[in-house]
Order: sequence, then C-alpha cells, then structure tokens
Amino acid sequence: MGGGRPRLRRGTAVHIPDGFMSGPMALGGGVVAGGGLALCGRRAATSMRERDLPLAGLCGAFLLAMEAPVIPVAAGTGGHLLGGTLAVALLGPWMGAVVVTMVTVILALFAGDGGTTALGLNVVNLALVPAFVGYPAILGWRRVLPAGRLGIAAACGLGAVLSVVLAALLFTIEYAVAGTVGVPLGTMAAAVLGTYAAVGLIEGLVTALIVRALLEVRPDLVRVARSPGP
Amino acid sequence: MPADTPVHRLPAHCKVAATGLFVLAAASAPREALWVYALDGAMLIALAAVARVPPLTLLRRLTVEIPFLAFVVLLPFAASGPRVAVLGLPVSRLGALAALAIACKATIGLLATSVLAATTPLPDIVEGLERLRVPRVFTAVAAFTVRYAEVLAGDFRRMRVARLCRGGDARWLWQARDVAVTAAALLVRSYERGERVYLAMVSRGFTGLAPVGLPERPAGAAAWAAALVLPAAAGAATLAAWGWPA
Repeated sequence: MGGGRPRLRRGTAVHIPDGFMSGPMALGGGVVAGGGLALCGRRAATSMRERDLPLAGLCGAFLLAMEAPVIPVAAGTGGHLLGGTLAVALLGPWMGAVVVTMVTVILALFAGDGGTTALGLNVVNLALVPAFVGYPAILGWRRVLPAGRLGIAAACGLGAVLSVVLAALLFTIEYAVAGTVGVPLGTMAAAVLGTYAAVGLIEGLVTALIVRALLEVRPDLVRVARSPGP
Repeated sequence: MPADTPVHRLPAHCKVAATGLFVLAAASAPREALWVYALDGAMLIALAAVARVPPLTLLRRLTVEIPFLAFVVLLPFAASGPRVAVLGLPVSRLGALAALAIACKATIGLLATSVLAATTPLPDIVEGLERLRVPRVFTAVAAFTVRYAEVLAGDFRRMRVARLCRGGDARWLWQARDVAVTAAALLVRSYERGERVYLAMVSRGFTGLAPVGLPERPAGAAAWAAALVLPAAAGAATLAAWGWPA
C-alpha cells in the first residue's frame, strides 16, 4: 500500500467480531446504536461551532494513529488507547460519540477489526457508553474533586475507568443474553471483567496523563475544562 | 491496491452495501451449516481472484484474527455440555461447534472487508457511506479523519524515533508518562493542524458542512445488480440452510 492511503497498523483485536453474538442481539445493538447516534448526530450538528469540524476530524485521526499498541504494560506487550472517554472529554459527548463511531466504522470496514454485523454493539460499547455515562461521570467527579488541572485530569481518568469497566460489563451482559459460544457465564464474566479491570486502569491513567499534559499547553482544547455544565 | 478490474470499477457505495449484506447473510447461517461457510468463503476467494488481490495481502490481513482465534481455541475446553473425545482430549461438542462457526463467520467477515478495502480507496468508502444516506456530520468527520490519519501516524512514528534516540524506551507501565506526554504532544500538534486547516478552508470560502462534495456519479441498475449477485447467493444459501423454502 502506498500513496495517499492510510496505513493502519493494528494491535490486538478488541472489537466484537462477526458471528460472536446471535443475530437478534446484533440487530438489537444496531437499533440502539442507530437511535443513540441519531440523537448524537443531531446534537453535534446543532451545537457545533464551525471550526469544531476539522478539530473533530483530527481527533479521529489521532485515535486511529494511537491504535497501534503504544502503552507499555509489561516487557514486550502493549495495550492501546480505546480513547472513547478522551474524545468526549475533549469534544463533548455528542461530537465525541460521532468521532469514536466513525473510527469504529473505519476500523471494521478497512482494518478488519470488529465485525460488520457487530458494528451496532461495538458502537454502543465504545462510543455511546463514554458519551452517556463517561461524560456525566466526569462532570460529577469534577464537582467532588478539587478544582485545577490535577482535579480535571483525575476526573477524566476516573470517567475513563468507569467507561471501560461498564463497556466490559455490557459486553458480558450481551454475551449472557445472546452469546453463541456456550462458555459458562461465570467463566466468561471473570475472564472479561478481570482483563478489563486492568485495561480500564491503564486507560484511566493514560487518559488522565494526556488530559493533564494538554491542560498545561492548551487548556482551551479540553471541553470539560471549558464548560462546567453539560 | 490500484488496478483496473470490474470489482475496482464498481461504485463504492454499491460495494459497501454489498459487503454489509454479504457478511450479514453469512453471519445469520446456522452454526451446523458448514457447507454455507465453505460456499461463502469460496465465493469471496473467487471475487478476490477476479479483483486480482494478491493472496499474501489477504493472508496478512487475516492476522488481525490471531488473538481472537487463540480465545476461540479455548472454547471447546471451557464450554459446558456433552463431551466428545478429540485426539484423546475431552472437549465440549457444543463448544467445538460454536468455536468452528465463530471462526468461520469472523474469517468470512474479514475476507469480505479485505476485498472491499483492497479494491476501494478509503476516501471512496467514506463517500460511499454518504451516498448510502449516512448523515453529513458523520461523513464529514470521517473524511477529515481519513485524510489525516496517515499524516498523524507518520508524526507519531517520528516522535517515537526521536524519543528512542534520546533513550526513552518505555517498556513498563510506570514509564507510561513518556508515552502519555508523546501522545499529548501529538494531540496538541493535531489540534493546531486542525486550526490551520480550518483557517485555510475559510480563506478558500468554506461556509459550513460541505468539505466532501460528491461528484455526480450515481450508480445505474446494472452496477447494483452486479454488486448484489454475491450477497443474493449468500442469502439464498443461508435460507436453504435454515430449511426455507421447505
């Protein structure tokens, strides 16, 4: 591949692939994702300032670039940033959800990460959870935590932990209702939640560090720091 | 993968829709119907041959699946249900069948999107989504994302090399600060690039949500018919496997 075509280097497959969930569940995920995204899209289009569009697009490109495994976990292995909470913290819940959704779609159609039929479920877990739970959680934490850069960064980090763990929980529930694989729920839940508790901590740490570093250089770029209310 | 084959020439939105429908048909097949998976896989391989996609490219893209397959291999052992002996090991029949079906469906999904990606440039895929009535906010954001992903990935590589040259080789979690600072620096640069891009667009007359601009190239009935041949065949196979029409 050459020329102007983006080269997408992939880490591990984290998104739900085709065939993992039953058809009705995938369809249900599509319906929920469609409804949530219709809302996010409408709100994003109306609340957007004109210059937010290139910023949102660049934020998506940033998330794609960070898809390569960049976060050290232990020698030789690395996780990568999911970035949903980071996106809503920087762009607000509506535009953040739009950006993460398009990154998920691009990964599924172009990089083979995540199934085409599981797109709905993946969008619910990765884009709508940060927008509808992670963002309010950040605002809530901001009220509790001391004001200032460190407080804002910690709030974003805690929001990220919550989003990731909740997405893992949601995945486990989706699996319990409609998994096609026949592994006992307890085994699955322990494996998924155990793994994602660790992933969530890393995500929270890195999100907080990125937000803190950003606040030092360009505090105006962090949406949650700009507006106290939703 | 630039080339000039009938598959490359099809309008992007026909290909995107066809890929979605094809994968949907394959994913809806009953798990016992191994012949459906074989048939779908054979159709995709034939399509890849017509599109002259090098087999190595397809294989390389299938490597995305490896961590996932490692999980699937464990299923026959972890799943409950009646046990059967395979090579002297007791495995769950249900788990083994499910593992096989999942691996097949995921592979078919990957092959289908690989052919799509190999025959359709990413900007065209975004344009195709817009033709399929995806709202403008989504496609406009995606258009920017696609246009700058490569630029930022290059930036990130260069920053990583620079950090390595100065001895910053983060290997452990407590060294995550290095990576986070690099990422934050990249994010600031990306945003500042976004602001410059915006100013450049405004100075060339940008007034709102219109950076994509579809060239008028609607697909004819012939293009749609050609694109929908394989999804229709896959759909028919799935229906037959479910025993319909009886």
